[in-house]
Amino acid sequence: MLKLITDLILTYIGTVTFGVLMNVPRRSLNLGGWIGTISFLAYRLCIAANLGIAVANLLGTLIIGILSMQAARYKRMPVINFNIPALVPFVPGGQAYQMIKNFALGNVGEAISFLLQVAIIAGSIAFGFLLAEMVNRMQTKLMVQFSSRWSHENRNNPKL
Amino acid sequence: MTNDQGHLMIKTALHAGRLMIENGSEIARVSDTISRIASNAGYPDSKVYVTITGIMMSVSGEENAQIEPVTSRSIDLEKITMVNDLSRDFADHKITLVQFEEQLTVLDHHSHYFPLWIQLLSAGIVSGALEVVFRHNYPDFLVTCVIGLIGWGIFYVINRIAKIRFLSEFLASAAIGTLAILAVRYHLGTNADDIIIGCVMPLVPGVPLTNAVRDILSGDLVSGIARGMEALMSAIAIGSGIAMILQAV
Repeated sequence: MLKLITDLILTYIGTVTFGVLMNVPRRSLNLGGWIGTISFLAYRLCIAANLGIAVANLLGTLIIGILSMQAARYKRMPVINFNIPALVPFVPGGQAYQMIKNFALGNVGEAISFLLQVAIIAGSIAFGFLLAEMVNRMQTKLMVQFSSRWSHENRNNPKL
Repeated sequence: MTNDQGHLMIKTALHAGRLMIENGSEIARVSDTISRIASNAGYPDSKVYVTITGIMMSVSGEENAQIEPVTSRSIDLEKITMVNDLSRDFADHKITLVQFEEQLTVLDHHSHYFPLWIQLLSAGIVSGALEVVFRHNYPDFLVTCVIGLIGWGIFYVINRIAKIRFLSEFLASAAIGTLAILAVRYHLGTNADDIIIGCVMPLVPGVPLTNAVRDILSGDLVSGIARGMEALMSAIAIGSGIAMILQAV
């Protein structure tokens, strides 16, 4: 439990400082950090419930995608400011490194098994974003029907 | 182009688009911004074709299309946000087209990066924090911070001198690998693998990778694949820098 809390604090710090490196505007750093922390918590809970890395990454990035869009609408900033820093804890750094190391040292069999893990994680991250995009579009469609402000703002949105 | 207003509109829109692509925006946002600028300036039926290396734009009914090449590429999300804010102000009629163009020129020449010491400090903290999150190796936290800081410093300096991102990533990761192995050999750290995993995190091509996925999903296949290649080249540069060092020892 203590380990999880330290991890979450460090995730927040890591997300915010990665945002600094990408020159994310100062007013969106904090919110990006929170999105990263919440989605990483979801990821850890999935791992703890033995759902496997694919589902955990998919759910984590789905939450990043949905929350980033809400944050972008709330702050009126591009969504890229929130989802790029928040994605950092999901990068399969460990597996990618093991793959490189095993290739370099000639253990091709092990290297390929790590390569497959990297591919699984990358695929589930991509599909998490795809699902989030779908949810966001459905939200826009619903809100346009029920709110006059939304339909005014989206009157010439070609995606609808 | 027969009238000045249309000419200025195309110039402003292309300038805004070029700034956004140069600083790492996804393509769908760029074409959306450009067509919004055009329709807010009174040209609702303009045509725009955006790729990662150039923009083409024409106003329907007029004869000439204009081209804007995009040659340099860096990552500065604040500039994208500021172009976005300017475009919103223009849509709300807070600024005129002339002011818009002037402010874009100002933005083009001034970058609001964080000072170098904050960047270095952040790179160190990213490395240490993610090393602990990924590997739960608490004793190596400090040495990872220091090596990550040095790695980002090397990346920054070589990027300034050579202006080739792949080369600076390659040399920075080679330096990280060397330093990590030396640190373990002189008993400053316990596990070279964990230190390296933490230290390369600031170099990870997060923006091209995310944009590649978003571009392909939104149907900008040409740009998505180009961006994916960019991310892959960065990953290969980092990986071969590390692999070279691991093989040498």
